[in-house]
Amino acid sequence: MSEPITGHVFVVGDNIDTDQIIPAEHLSLVPTVEAEYRALGSFALSGLPVADSAERLVPEGEQTSPYAIVVAGRNFGCGSSREHAPIALGAAGVKVVIAESFARIFFRNCIATGELYPVECTHRICDDLRTGDELTVDLAAERIARADGSADWPIRPLGEVRDVIAAGGLFAYARATGLVARRSTP
Amino acid sequence: MAQTLTEKLLARAAGKDAVATGETVLTDVDVLMTHDVCGPGTIGVFKREFGDSARVWDPRRVVIIPDHYIFTSDERCQRNVDTLRAFANEQGIETFYDVIDDPQGRWRFDAAAGPLTSQHGRRYAGVCHSALAEKGHTRPGEVLIGTDSHTCTAGAFGEFATGVGNTDAAFVLGVGKILLRVPESMRFVLDGALADGVMAKDVILHIIGLVGVDGATYRAMEFAGDGIASLSIEDRMTIANMGVEAGAKNAVFPADRATCDFVDAAGKANGTARPYECLSPDGDAVYADTTVIDLSALEPVVAQPPDPAQVVPARQCTDVKLDRAYIGSCTGGKGSDFDAFAAIVRGRTVAIETFGVPATPAVLAHLRQATLGGQTLWDILVDAGVTMTANAGCAACLGGPGDTFGRMNEPLTCISTTNRNFPGRMGDLQGRIYLASPATAAASALAGHIADPREALP
Repeated sequence: MSEPITGHVFVVGDNIDTDQIIPAEHLSLVPTVEAEYRALGSFALSGLPVADSAERLVPEGEQTSPYAIVVAGRNFGCGSSREHAPIALGAAGVKVVIAESFARIFFRNCIATGELYPVECTHRICDDLRTGDELTVDLAAERIARADGSADWPIRPLGEVRDVIAAGGLFAYARATGLVARRSTP
Repeated sequence: MAQTLTEKLLARAAGKDAVATGETVLTDVDVLMTHDVCGPGTIGVFKREFGDSARVWDPRRVVIIPDHYIFTSDERCQRNVDTLRAFANEQGIETFYDVIDDPQGRWRFDAAAGPLTSQHGRRYAGVCHSALAEKGHTRPGEVLIGTDSHTCTAGAFGEFATGVGNTDAAFVLGVGKILLRVPESMRFVLDGALADGVMAKDVILHIIGLVGVDGATYRAMEFAGDGIASLSIEDRMTIANMGVEAGAKNAVFPADRATCDFVDAAGKANGTARPYECLSPDGDAVYADTTVIDLSALEPVVAQPPDPAQVVPARQCTDVKLDRAYIGSCTGGKGSDFDAFAAIVRGRTVAIETFGVPATPAVLAHLRQATLGGQTLWDILVDAGVTMTANAGCAACLGGPGDTFGRMNEPLTCISTTNRNFPGRMGDLQGRIYLASPATAAASALAGHIADPREALP
C-alpha cells in the first residue's frame, strides 16, 4: 500500500479499551462468518460512554462508517485479546487508527488480520483534530496532514509491519516468506 | 550473554542458547489454549488458511476450555460451544473441557432451572486460566499461548504465557510455532510478607498504580525476591493475571518448590503430567528497571473507574456509596479468594446486592466442603445474603449477553474482585466499577460503601 489514504477522522481519547471498541455482548459473533463479520462492523466503537460520543462511528442502523480514520490518544486497544476489535473497525470501513501509542495485542491483531494500519504519531493529534476533519495519511512518506494542507505531522515508521498488512496479514506474509507452505492451485 | 527469565524461556523455545531484547524469534509452542469466544473464529481462520481437511499440529497440545458465555439463552453462544465440540471430535482433541458429557450432543441452557442448579457435565472446567492450572496444563519452562489476554496468569508457574488473537492462534494450530519479539523486562523485587487484610490483588493493583495502565507495554514483568516464598500459588496467579492491565506481554515468577508441588499434583491427578524444566534468570541479567516492593508496607487499595491504574487506599474512599458487590473471575474467584471473603462476611449480612461466581467447579466443590466455625463456606456466603450461582464461569466480569448472571444492566456503582473497570466492562456503559481484593469487597459489601477490610477482620 503506497497510495495515501484520505478520509474524515473520528476522534477519541486515551485508554480506549477493547470493550469500548466492541462491547463483550457482541463477541458471540464469529468473524470468519461473513454475515457476522459485517455485523461486527455495525457495532464498532459502540461501547464509548454516551457522554463522550455525541456522534457514533457507525450511524444507527448501518454497517459501515463515514469515517475512514480513527484518531486516539495513548494506549488504544488496551484490554482483551479479542481479534473482534480490529476486525470490527476494519469491517466498518476504517483503514487507519492513528494513536499516540497502542496496546500490544491490539497492535499485533491489526497486523495479523491485515484489517487496518495502526499508526503511531508522537504528537498528540487527538487534541488538535475534531471528528469530521479531513486528514491524509501517507505511509510511504511517513507523514499525516490535514487535507487542506494547513498542518502536518510525522508518524513512526511501520517498517516491515506495513508490508505484512499490505500483503493481507500474517498468513499472506508467512506464505511469501516460506513460514507456511504456499497454497496449491485453488 | 546474561538472560532474564523471559529471555531464558524464549531462547529455550526457539532452540537457541540466548536471545536478545528486541529480536524476533520463531518459538515452539507447548500449549495452545482457546475458549468459546475466540475458538470458533480461530477454527474459522485455521480452516480458511490450511484447508477444510487440515489437522492441528499436535492434538495433545491443544486445550479447549469453554467458559465465557455458557449459561445464557443466547443461541449464538450455544452454537459456539457446539462448534468447539465438533472441532475437538474431528481433530481428536481430548483436552476439550466440554460443557456437556455427550460428545454427540448439543449444549442447550435452561434459564428456568435457575442459578443454583448446576447445568454442566462432569468434564466442564470453568474459567480457562484457573482450569489450565487445575487440570495440569501449566508447567515451568514452557510457552503457553492463549486466545485470551489473561493467559499471562500462567506466568505464575515459571513459564512464558501470553494472549494473542484468532489469526495468531490459527497459525499456531497449523504449525505449532509463533513469531515473538523478545521483550525487555521490568523487575519487581518483592520483600517481606503481606499484613492481615492485605491480599495479592493489592500487590498487583499497587504495581499497576505505580507504572500506569500502559507502563509495561511491550515489556515482561519479572518477579523476584524473598517475598515470593510467602505468596501462595494462587496469590502468584492473581499477580501475574493482571500484568496485562499494565500492558505487559507476560508476567513471570521463577518456579520454586511450591510451584513444582502444585504442578506435579495437578499433572498426576489429571493424567496430564509431562517432564518440565525450571529456569532461572542470570544474576547479572539486564532489566529495563528494578522496583523493590516491601509487601509488609502495602495496604488495601481500590482502582477507581475508569481504568485499573487509578489506585488509591481503600480507607480514602469510604465516602463512595455502593449499589453492588461482585466476587468472581480468574482474578478474584479462586478458592483462596472466597476463603478471604467468607471469613469477613461470616455471621454478618451484606448491606448491598452481592453476587458470587466460583471460577471453576473445583472452587464450587471447595465452597461446599471447606468449613469455618463448623459451617461450610457456601452456607456462610448464602447466610450472609450473597446471591450465589452453582454454574462456574466468567459470568459478569466482562458483561456478556444480557441474561448473564450478575451482569450490570443499569448504571450502578459496583465493587468487584475482577480485573477491568473500563466503561461498560460489566455491562452498562455508565456503570462505575471499583476493583478491589476479595477482603476489601467483603468489608465494603457489609458496609454498603468502600471500606478498609482491616477494620472488619474477624
